[in-house]
Amino acid sequence: MSDDPKDIDVHEYLAAFDDIPGTRVFTAKRARQGYHLNQFAMSLMQAENRERFKANERAYLDEWPITEAAKLAVLARDYNAMIDEGGNVYFLSKLFSTDGKSFQFAAGSMTGMSQEEYAQMMINGGRSPEGVRSIKANRAAAGAADSKGSY
Amino acid sequence: MARVTAGLTSSHIPALGAAIQTGTSRNEYWGPVFDGYDWVKEYEKTAKPDVVILVYNDHASAFDMNIIPTFAIGCAERFKPADEGWGPRPVPDVIGHPDLAWHIAQCLILEEFDMTIMNQMDVDHGCTVPLSMIFGEPGEWPCKVIPLPVNVVTYPPPSGNRCYKLGQAIRRAVESFPEDLNVQVWGTGGMSHQLQGPRAGLINRDFDEKFIEALINDPETLRHMPHIEYLREAGSEGIELVMWLIMRGALGPKVKELYRFYHIPASNTALGVLALEPAG
Repeated sequence: MSDDPKDIDVHEYLAAFDDIPGTRVFTAKRARQGYHLNQFAMSLMQAENRERFKANERAYLDEWPITEAAKLAVLARDYNAMIDEGGNVYFLSKLFSTDGKSFQFAAGSMTGMSQEEYAQMMINGGRSPEGVRSIKANRAAAGAADSKGSY
Repeated sequence: MARVTAGLTSSHIPALGAAIQTGTSRNEYWGPVFDGYDWVKEYEKTAKPDVVILVYNDHASAFDMNIIPTFAIGCAERFKPADEGWGPRPVPDVIGHPDLAWHIAQCLILEEFDMTIMNQMDVDHGCTVPLSMIFGEPGEWPCKVIPLPVNVVTYPPPSGNRCYKLGQAIRRAVESFPEDLNVQVWGTGGMSHQLQGPRAGLINRDFDEKFIEALINDPETLRHMPHIEYLREAGSEGIELVMWLIMRGALGPKVKELYRFYHIPASNTALGVLALEPAG
């Protein structure tokens, strides 16, 4: 690791983020992709917008220049799909707050676990970082295990 | 002369605010967390800061995708609690200290930190939850507060090293303010947590404990930890911990540890509370 910021290669810096399993880092690329989706979510900070959205979600979404995939993700409350469309969880929090749901509800919904299972996992100390640090490291470990098995 | 007398760390998760609001703060789940703050609450009664420089991140409340300041400083007379989708938190307005805030802003800019000056800004749970946790539920906050939001949402956030240096510059700025003021710097957020994707729920006690040790005793090494290590080890939202380095930088090379509390879980997160004082 260098002490000189000038030695940081932005391409390497960004590429490393794609190596983290089950994680989408909110890079400039995602921020650009999700601009309108995130601004839609921001609009729900105003009570009158929340009321209009609740009255007719589809019509409210159609006022925004966001992709059909993003609209469907919002309607389905599929937070992983919204993040794939460039959404960021802090922006999307306005949506689940509008629904009266918590960060734990939203985070849990992205894991494939039930709310109860997710809450229990947190009480038990949370998800261990073991095995979810690096996709490359996992592949290397799997490869090593395979070659070991072939002998 | 104004001086930095202490540094605190605190979680700022909205669930803590909700626990206060719903009267569940001493139940089986939240009780241990709120018990863990009791020492700090007592400490503040005697420490009596005049001003708290509260380092936090805005969670898409004051700043949307149109404006993303890396470092901002609240210079207004007062800051209202933001409506984050469920109505504003029912807490007092945050009262600023415009004279000190502008003084700090000027000093930081002269030290080549390109601060964004906020003369109007609503403050979200990132700012108001630590105030509730440390000061309880008074009719008005017992001191002035200078909110200092840091971008840790859109990449890249500032490096740990930059945060540490900002803290050092804040200390120098405070010490050049002529009025006799007792100033604390709070670093909020963290500790390990991830709120998104299939890896949500990540907690890393080992990382968090080492982080606390290094923050206290070896910030010179810690300040150079790259973002990727925070992300891998402490989860995507664990990056908030860079803000603790602003607090640490403001305390000087050596600190005295007064109090430490660590708890898992607080909703999705590991929670860390520290009270430190400068020791030369």
